[in-house]
Amino acid sequence: MKKLKYALFTGCTAKQSTPEQMMSTMAVAKKLNIELVELTEASCCGASHLQDYDDFLSLVLNARNIAYAEKHGLTMVTICNTCQLNTAMTKHRLDRNPELKARVNEKLAEVGLEYKGTSNIIHFLYAIIDDFGLDKIKEMVVKPLSEFNIAPFYGCHNIRPSELHDESHNQKENPYNPTSLDDLIIACGGMNVDYEEKNKCCGFHVELQAPHTAAVLTGNAIAGATDQNADMMVTPCPLCHLKLDTQTKHASEAIGREVSLPVLHMQQMVGLALGCSPAELGLKHHVTDVNFI
Amino acid sequence: MGTNAITTQKVNFKVFRFNADEDYLPYYEDYSMDVTSEEVVLDILNRIKWDHDGSFSYRRSCRHGICGACAIKVNGRSTLACKESMSTMIEYFGNDLTIEPLSTKRAIKDMIIDKADFWEKHAAVTPYLVADVDECPSSENLVSPHDAEELNEADLCIQCGACHYACPVVEINSDFFGPAAFAAAYRFEADVRDSDGQRLVDVNEEKQGVWDCVKCFECAEVCPKEINPIEKITKLHQMAFKRGVAKNNVATRHAVGFLHSIKRHGVLDEGGLVLYSEGPSIIKHIPVALQMFRKGKIIMPWNMPKSDNLDEIQKLIKSSSTVKF
Repeated sequence: MKKLKYALFTGCTAKQSTPEQMMSTMAVAKKLNIELVELTEASCCGASHLQDYDDFLSLVLNARNIAYAEKHGLTMVTICNTCQLNTAMTKHRLDRNPELKARVNEKLAEVGLEYKGTSNIIHFLYAIIDDFGLDKIKEMVVKPLSEFNIAPFYGCHNIRPSELHDESHNQKENPYNPTSLDDLIIACGGMNVDYEEKNKCCGFHVELQAPHTAAVLTGNAIAGATDQNADMMVTPCPLCHLKLDTQTKHASEAIGREVSLPVLHMQQMVGLALGCSPAELGLKHHVTDVNFI
Repeated sequence: MGTNAITTQKVNFKVFRFNADEDYLPYYEDYSMDVTSEEVVLDILNRIKWDHDGSFSYRRSCRHGICGACAIKVNGRSTLACKESMSTMIEYFGNDLTIEPLSTKRAIKDMIIDKADFWEKHAAVTPYLVADVDECPSSENLVSPHDAEELNEADLCIQCGACHYACPVVEINSDFFGPAAFAAAYRFEADVRDSDGQRLVDVNEEKQGVWDCVKCFECAEVCPKEINPIEKITKLHQMAFKRGVAKNNVATRHAVGFLHSIKRHGVLDEGGLVLYSEGPSIIKHIPVALQMFRKGKIIMPWNMPKSDNLDEIQKLIKSSSTVKF
């Protein structure tokens, strides 16, 4: 098999509040012999908030990030659902609007860059499932997670809006019946837990301005997984992880019920199954202790 | 003539039943039917009523995706029954389908719900053109094709409520206007003929306002007319800044804070953003921050990473910024 190589857009969270996301991504890539070229020049994607303030500026900055992936001649891989959304949506808009693309490129030319539209943008979840292959991952599992009921939490921005999936971003995941994480859990030897909230919102994006709304959504998600006897949750989105891992007290108060589950990053779950050590995967960085190891 | 053969398969339906005049609690009834590949969801509702139980109730009118009456939920997904094909539903969810009203807690009889909250919120955004028009104008009030395009399909909304009852914030915050009302507000704010000065201010209010949207894209996904309400919500955010009606509050500072952070570091300074957004209220986050600090999830300001080639980012921000706050 030809060695897989991607341009890695880390996003901001993996370098700050979820260091374990970065550690586990690198550990899994190493196990799978995937080469990741980190885009150290990349800026923040705006996380859907800069977009509320200055749409054109956010397009220019995201186009710049993609332009760096294009300079490497590589597909960009993301490890945050919101980075995936904002970057893929920029590509979607620029590739369909030559006038807008020209306006953006006029700005990028000021710093010697050009957005061409040649690099695809996929989340690492889909890179390892579709490009590397679920069957191969299954073959490489050395510590199957067979003792555990694992609740997938997909995160909105990987599955919606599905119009972005037409271009092979996120491999046409069905927003109403997503299967990628479930399939990955099974490939790692775990039992996938089905629950209503698995494709719902965690509330992260209104945590500051509407804390009650955010807390109820977080609480409902953890409660939904708990009610289906989940031992842990797993998510490909570090923002969902932050909500579900660090906000259990507020979430419990908001829904009037004590809720708390370990919330693994998708990479950590895969890493455990592939035999990576807890230290390599940064499991000590979780606020809700991962104490089943 | 098409050559696709019509296929048939057995589908098991679990159907929400409730009569507010007689029932204390709702219940579900099971129906099993052979469904053809040509049928839409409304055909199934008709067959339940005509072939199984004449008391089964639902709203329908045009059968052409225009009146918006027949919106219901299939396996939790809001859908316009007369437009959605059964083939798509089976492809999405398999052969076991649950049919429910748009909001089970607002059910009156079976699929029929009380949409009063939807209409009240719709009315609250002044969903009509406000313009001081001369009774005997000397010329037509022309709208250029470019200006008409700015409506971005917002005027195609049929008020079906699919997005409203799919919105998770509507379920939690009864004051929140919801995506359909915001799309209606955008429809008239984007109209060059409109002179209402209050609508945009109203939708920017806290609690019911556009800033409480969780950005989950459920509304965009379920809209049967492809209006993309969240796009309109984003445009209302942008309008508020451009027209100078954005209040200086947590939500607006949160959006602007991204710019300041990117200008300084390239990447986002997460702690700095919370401080910029919350101001002195940041103190309420201290317990969680301490937990995160203990687990190595907070980095000190002097360790903040910076993007390589930061000067490029700063130059682009200077030349490409279009808004000031």
